[in-house]
Amino acid sequence: MAETTTAERNEAAAEIWVSGTEAPEVSEWMAASTDEGAQEMGRRETPDRAVEQRGARVVDDWVIDDAVADDERMMVNMGPQHPSTHGVLRLNLELEGEIVRRIKPVIGYLHTGMEKTAETLTFLQGPTNVTRMDYLAPLHNELCYSLAVEKLLGVDIPPRAQAIRVLMTELNRVSSHLVATATNGMDIGALSMMMYGFRERELILAFFEKTTGLRMNHNYIRPGGVAADLPDGWEDDVEEILDRIPKAMEDYEDLLKENSIWKGRTKGIGIITAEECLAYGITGPTLRAAGVDWDLRRSQPYSGIESYDFDVVTGRRGDVYDRYRVRIGEMLQSLRIVRQAAETMPRGDYKTGDRKVSPPPRRRINESMEALIHHFKIYTEGFKVPEGETYTAIESPRGELGCYLVSDGGGRPLRMHTRGPSFSNLQALPIMMADSLVADTIACIASLDPVMGDVDR
Amino acid sequence: MSGEAAARPAAPEAAGEPPAADDLLAGLLAAAPGAEAGVSAGDDVVRVGPEGLAKLAAAAREAGFEMCSDITAVDYLGKRRVRFELVVNLISLRRNRRLRILVPVPGDDPAAPSLVSVYPGANFLEREVYDMFGIRFEGHPDLTRILMPDDWEGHPLRRDFGVGAVPVQFKEAHQVY
Repeated sequence: MAETTTAERNEAAAEIWVSGTEAPEVSEWMAASTDEGAQEMGRRETPDRAVEQRGARVVDDWVIDDAVADDERMMVNMGPQHPSTHGVLRLNLELEGEIVRRIKPVIGYLHTGMEKTAETLTFLQGPTNVTRMDYLAPLHNELCYSLAVEKLLGVDIPPRAQAIRVLMTELNRVSSHLVATATNGMDIGALSMMMYGFRERELILAFFEKTTGLRMNHNYIRPGGVAADLPDGWEDDVEEILDRIPKAMEDYEDLLKENSIWKGRTKGIGIITAEECLAYGITGPTLRAAGVDWDLRRSQPYSGIESYDFDVVTGRRGDVYDRYRVRIGEMLQSLRIVRQAAETMPRGDYKTGDRKVSPPPRRRINESMEALIHHFKIYTEGFKVPEGETYTAIESPRGELGCYLVSDGGGRPLRMHTRGPSFSNLQALPIMMADSLVADTIACIASLDPVMGDVDR
Repeated sequence: MSGEAAARPAAPEAAGEPPAADDLLAGLLAAAPGAEAGVSAGDDVVRVGPEGLAKLAAAAREAGFEMCSDITAVDYLGKRRVRFELVVNLISLRRNRRLRILVPVPGDDPAAPSLVSVYPGANFLEREVYDMFGIRFEGHPDLTRILMPDDWEGHPLRRDFGVGAVPVQFKEAHQVY
């Protein structure tokens, strides 16, 4: 499948990204590898070899040459029910012995039509829907959707609501990266990492449950602010998280960082260059591990995240090991943001005072007729959003999470489209795994950290 | 943590050339005849017909929009004269800018040029639009359904495709009454 060998791409990886360069050559073989006309990858036709035998041209399939070698290729189906495919990812592999020659992701097994559903929900009900997309980073989905609605509405969000949003989404980033690192470990055989990662994640989820009422699918960040203020004693919970997770991460470092088996399984595996990442729209830790210093939190900040100090973690080689290092680094940076957000948490409202957008407090309903009307209107027909269209993007743990929202001036979106980072990132698989070993498939998938809810939506 | 988290304070736009707002857009508009620039909710938007899309995208890539972050479509059935609108979101990392290309696509026999040769990452995105809206992308190497089953009938995100009013179809699900 690939004219470019891994060694050549290693060389290319050394030259980091020049903006506005010509289209990469990889596009041709990528395109050539998926031309079967159905979602599944078909066998490649073996050309009949006409050979000269005693003066006559006959079709001979006995000749030991490339045609026969092609015949040895085996089509293997992996998934969708495979423990290491992180949900219901299905891969068609064409193997030659132990080497993957072609690969094609087949997706859609978790497609639930959330974009269609969003058209039937009011803007206030929307976060309930989008939070189920990327179920490892539900708060990011809610934030992205809410920011898009707020952009069309033009409402101001109070500082406390913004700080709560930053605090919660950065904690969510840590919990998501913990799962990514844990499952990455499990897939390659470091089973302890699985236990450790999920143990620490539980700390964060317990805090989420206390704050939002649910461990996942929170529906906490809503257009206009957040659903509820932080609970009493939240400082202690955050302090405990900030105290325990860095200590636990020292364990992970002892376990994996210099582990020779781990390094053997991850270093130099699944390389993707910066140029390929840009060409294929691959974002997030995969892009940063390839050496591109790009993070929407810093480049196009949202929710006042620019007021906190943090570094963008990048790698150099773009292999599985670098992606693992980038995630570890990002967890520490996110905890840094969480600490600053907790220390500087402003006082004030946790949602906007605009009564056309955010429901009035419960106690006001008994006192004020207007409050009752607003309450009733918002929860039945929803608030009206001015006509317009916007694309809003934030940095989710998996990359650029975008929300394209179109309103026709009514109470429901005319169209809501989510740009799932996992969806675009899946296109990296055929590049990463060109001519690699079957066993490395697992490492590559885990390092991409796809969430199928985000891919299929 | 180690040196990999090296401090990188300089934002891309601080390091590169200053954003030349109007020059850049003017150059793009010159490349594709019939394109119009505009602003929508604070974002740069260029409107162009399907015939100018490929030229505009190629020019945008030349101008430094390295990544095509998203392609989607909207069905304006009964709201606009031209039924579909294709939405292409480009991003330039160096200039730290976004550009949105809006392409009206007629409702009967909807088709647009494929951007896969310019942005290889458009592959999955265009397949999704084809699957959901039935807009064909001419020149796409593998224009098949991506989220729905191969033998699904109809395009679910069209506005005349009902919610929940469709019998569930699955491949090879033979009826055995």
